[in-house]
Amino acid sequence: MSAPTTNVLMSAPTARNTGREPARRRRSNGGSQPLVYAIALVVVALTLGPVLYGVLGGFRTNAQIAQDPSGLPDPWVLDNYVGVLTSASFWQYAVNSAVIAVLTTAITVVLGVMAAYPLARYRFKGREALFMVFVVGLLFPATVAIVPLFILITQNLQLGNTWLGVALPQAAFALPVTVVILRPFLAAIPQELEEAAQLDGTSRIGFFWRVLLPLSGPGMVTVGVLAFVGSWNAYLLPLLLLQSDMKTLPLGVADFSSEHSADTAGVFAFTTLAMIPALVFFLAMQKRIVNGLQGAVKG
Amino acid sequence: MTAPARGGRGRVSSAWRKRLEIAFFVTPALALFALFVVWPIVTAVQLSVFRWKGFGPLTDFVGLRNYVTVLGDDVFVDSVVHNLIIVGGSIALQLPLGLAIALLLNRKMWGQGLLRTIIFVPYVLAEVIAGVVWFQLLQPEYGVIDGLLGAVGLQAPEQGWLGDPDLALLTVLIVLTWKYLGLAVILFLAGLQGVPEELYEAAQLDGASWWQTQRKISVPLLGPTMRTWAFLSMIGSLQLFDMVWILTGGGPANSTTTMATYLINQGTRSQNFGIAGAASVILFVIALVMAVLYQQLVLSRDTRSDVVTVKRSRKKVTR
Repeated sequence: MSAPTTNVLMSAPTARNTGREPARRRRSNGGSQPLVYAIALVVVALTLGPVLYGVLGGFRTNAQIAQDPSGLPDPWVLDNYVGVLTSASFWQYAVNSAVIAVLTTAITVVLGVMAAYPLARYRFKGREALFMVFVVGLLFPATVAIVPLFILITQNLQLGNTWLGVALPQAAFALPVTVVILRPFLAAIPQELEEAAQLDGTSRIGFFWRVLLPLSGPGMVTVGVLAFVGSWNAYLLPLLLLQSDMKTLPLGVADFSSEHSADTAGVFAFTTLAMIPALVFFLAMQKRIVNGLQGAVKG
Repeated sequence: MTAPARGGRGRVSSAWRKRLEIAFFVTPALALFALFVVWPIVTAVQLSVFRWKGFGPLTDFVGLRNYVTVLGDDVFVDSVVHNLIIVGGSIALQLPLGLAIALLLNRKMWGQGLLRTIIFVPYVLAEVIAGVVWFQLLQPEYGVIDGLLGAVGLQAPEQGWLGDPDLALLTVLIVLTWKYLGLAVILFLAGLQGVPEELYEAAQLDGASWWQTQRKISVPLLGPTMRTWAFLSMIGSLQLFDMVWILTGGGPANSTTTMATYLINQGTRSQNFGIAGAASVILFVIALVMAVLYQQLVLSRDTRSDVVTVKRSRKKVTR
C-alpha cells in the first residue's frame, strides 16, 4: 500500500473521489447570502475580466483600442479573427501542438500503466525501492535538466525540431506523477478478481489485458488528461527544440505578440483563438482534471 | 499459464517467469526515464565542472570554478532572491484569498458549479497565453489597467507596471496570483467536502456562529490540504520561467530574473554550458533542501491524520 512517507501525491485517489456525494448537503447558517453573491461576482469579474477583454479586443480595431482602452467593440470587426484563421501558420502551430500532445499522452499512459501494474500487484524484492525512483522523480523539475536535454535531443539523438523530440522528454517527465497516481488505482482493484481470473487459467499478463486495463479506464483518463494539458501548455522545452513551422501554439502566440506588438487587436485575436482548444478540452474533461489534481494533492 | 508448479524446478521457472514479466512491464518506463530524466541531470552535474561552449569534447576541467562564478554573480544571487520572494509572496497572497473564497463558496448557492468552473479557467490556460494577454493589459498608455486606474483618479507608474524595476516583480506576482488562485480554491473546496457533516451539525447544535464554525472546524481540518498545496506552490515558484519570460524577459534591469531564466540565458544564449550546469545544480539543491525541510517541518505532522483519512475512505468504498 502507499506508504505515507512522502504524503504528497499518494494514497488512493479513486477511493477518495467517489462515494462522497450523499454527505454534500451544505449548511448555510450565518454569513448573509447577498454579501456572498456580491463577493462571488467580484471574483468572477476579476477572473474572467482579462480573458473576456482579450476576446472582445479581438473584435476591435487598434484605433478603437488606442482611443478608449476600456471600451466595447464599436463597430464589431471580424478582420482580426479572419486574419488569424486564414493564416497558414496558425493552423500549422495548432497541428503541431495537437500531434505533440497526443504523442506525449499516448507514451505517458501506455508506459505509465505498464510500470504501475507490477508496482501495484506483484510482490517482489526491491518493489518499494523501484517505486521510490518515481517518487523522487517528482522532485526533478524539467528546468534543471533542460540544457543537457537540449544537447541530448539535438546533437546525440538528432531529434531536434521534430514532434517526437518534444514528446519523448515530456512523457519522461510526466511518468512519475502518472505512476504515482495509477499505482494505488490499480492496487484498489479487488484481489478476488485476480484470483478468479487465475482459477480460470488466465496468466498475469492476460489478467492485465483483459481485466485490469478495462477496469482502470477512469484512472488512465485522469493521468492522460493531465499529460495532455501539460503538453498543450508547455513552453520551455518547445522553445528550445522547435523552430519555424514546427512551432506549437504557445510559441506561436509568444512570437506573434513580440513581432506584432503594435497590433494589439491582432494579438488579442490570436491569443483568443489559441486558448479555445484548451478551454473546450477543459470544459469537456473538467471533472477528470479536477479529480486528478485533487487525488494528487489529498495526501 | 504454465502447468501448476511441480516440485522445485517448477517453482524456479515460475519465479523467473515472474521476473521476466516485471521486467517486461517496467523496463520501457525506466528506459525512457533514464534516458530523458536521469541522464540529463547527471550530465548537468558533469557539465558544471567543465568550461564548455557547446562543441568538442569536455576537456577544460575547472573544478568548482563555475559554482564560484555563479554564486559570485549578482544577477544569479538576485534571481535566487526573486524566486524566494515569489515562493513567499505566492503563498502569502493565495493562501488567505483562496481560503476566504473557498469558505464562502462552500455552501449551497445558486450557480455554484458554474462558479467553480469559472474560477478554474485561468489555471487551465497556458502560462504563455495568460502572460501575453496580461502583457497587453499592463501596457502603459493604451493598456486597459492604466485606463481604469486613470478613470478613478489614480496615477499609474510612468514606465508602466512592467517597466518600473521597483514594481515589475510585484506585478509578476499579482499576475501569477490571478493564474494560480483557482487551483488553491478548487483544492480547498475539495478538502472542505471531506469534513464530516456531523461536525457542522454538532457545532450548530452547540450554538456556534458561522465564524466560529469556520475557525474551529473548517480551517483546522483543512490543514493537510493547505500544507500540501503550499508544497506544490513552492516547487512551482522555484521553477518559474514561462510567465517571467513573456512578461519581462527578466528585466527591467534584471529586476525579475529567476534561476530558470538565468540558466536559459547562460545555456542557450551565451553558450556557457558549464555555468548553466552549475546554476541548474544549485537550483536543484535549493529545491531539494526546501522540499526536505518542508517535509520534515511541516508535512510530517500530517502523517497520522492521513492514516485516519485513508481508513475512512476505505469504509466508504466498501459500502
